[in-house]
Amino acid sequence: MLKVRNLKCYYGRIMAIKGVSLSVRQGELITIIGANGSGKSTLLQAICGLLPGWEGEILFEEEQIKGLDPPAIVNRGICLVPEGRLIFGPLSVMDNLKLGAYTMYRKKRHDRIEQDLSMIMELFPILKERSRQAAGTLSGGEQQMLAIGRALMARPRLLVLDEPSMGLAPLLVEKILETLVNLKEQGLTILLVEQNAQAALKISDRGYVLETGKMVLQGRSSDLLADVEVKRAYLGKDYDEFYEGE
Amino acid sequence: MEELLQYLFSGITNGAIYAVIALGFSMLYNATDLINFAHGEFVMLGGLGLVTFWTVFNLPLPVAFILAAGMGGFAGFLFERLAIRTVSKPQPIVLVIITVGASIFLRGAAMLVWGKDAHGVPDFSSHEPIDIFGATLLVQSLWILGIVLIMVAGLHFFYNRTLTGKAMQACAINKRAAWLTGIPANKMVLLAFIISTSLGAAAGVIIAPVTMCSYDMGTMLGLKGFCAAMLGGLGSLWGALIGGFLLGSLESLGVGFFSSGLKDAIAFILLLLILYIRPQGIMGTADSKRF
Repeated sequence: MLKVRNLKCYYGRIMAIKGVSLSVRQGELITIIGANGSGKSTLLQAICGLLPGWEGEILFEEEQIKGLDPPAIVNRGICLVPEGRLIFGPLSVMDNLKLGAYTMYRKKRHDRIEQDLSMIMELFPILKERSRQAAGTLSGGEQQMLAIGRALMARPRLLVLDEPSMGLAPLLVEKILETLVNLKEQGLTILLVEQNAQAALKISDRGYVLETGKMVLQGRSSDLLADVEVKRAYLGKDYDEFYEGE
Repeated sequence: MEELLQYLFSGITNGAIYAVIALGFSMLYNATDLINFAHGEFVMLGGLGLVTFWTVFNLPLPVAFILAAGMGGFAGFLFERLAIRTVSKPQPIVLVIITVGASIFLRGAAMLVWGKDAHGVPDFSSHEPIDIFGATLLVQSLWILGIVLIMVAGLHFFYNRTLTGKAMQACAINKRAAWLTGIPANKMVLLAFIISTSLGAAAGVIIAPVTMCSYDMGTMLGLKGFCAAMLGGLGSLWGALIGGFLLGSLESLGVGFFSSGLKDAIAFILLLLILYIRPQGIMGTADSKRF
């Protein structure tokens, strides 16, 4: 569904992504893990059209998406839940959701919008309760739900999430990730970027490990979870710990 | 008493004009973070446009009104496309200077087209002035107030009831987020320019009968509107209204009770006071920006 081949991104003269390739197949849940500054967000910005001037190839459903701006990419069917949620605080929850469907309104798909609204209210009942409230007054977890709901309103075929667990309590992280599993079961393809490596790898099919702009590891999530290097670098365990255990 | 009432009438009429001009400043600032110092020139374009369409071409008044406001909107469209969007590094200070340049350009162009003389147009309707408790109220004042109210209500409806209006608000709140949501942010900025400048031109149309229209009428009106917008709080719709009416009334009372030489000074004294005491304006939120 999504194929990235030999992607190189630059910030001025600095190369932030140094030739990354990855693929996402229909119906998969893929996780990209990596530390701060490894280039995860840059990679997503390139996919969503926020970053001009990258080199390489990004194919979505066999079509090049180079040179498209973010609204055009949303139209193609890729939706990003941005880092830090970026909801429209002063507007009501309902308005936020409706704006998520902006491209659907422009396509005159009012029937679908109603359907999607009720689907999202079912997924996150709290949003229904607060639909008239200003979005900025929601708690962090609720805002994250709203951000996911807003992205879903555009009917993406590929949902991309940039660190959805950031700043949330562990219980809420679990709830959000559960929701993603739920959505995947309904047939949505998901690309998840996370620092919370353990939790993300547990729910995903395959994973990639990004380090200073390069893919250093890839494979089935269960393999990555067992990998010594991944454990050391991303799961917060030191060499000592697991030598002692053996 | 009669005197006070008379001053208030003229103050409210002027205030309505300032309010519409302030609205133009505010809505453009909201959508683009830009203060358009050429805004007053669009008021001038509206006034002189009406002179041409109504008295020279002899079109019916409503048609001339719409054409003149539309001409302002079209000029705003060209302005955004040719002068604002083409800037390679759109830093606020660069854009502000571009608007100042555009203001000089528009004034010069208008002088070439309409000449240096002032033009007048008759009132919208030829009724006798109304007498209320000894004070006279011009019928044109009622026209001005009525049309301003309609425009404000229309803008309020647009922002709060239409998807495009909400999308424009979303762009103002966070352009990047709006973009990622699928809202074409560039088109929203263009639309904000068009609406703001046609509001300005409409203000020019409705005051044309009570003032003389000339190529240099816009500068002072623009500055007064800017004062009103700052007074009420830049970016706030209600703030623009309050600022406009407050400025109009105080100006007219100052002229009446003190000296007519004070007229223009009052606006700027108020601007300085508000910047000292409450820089975010009456209705503004505390996080005012400076650049």
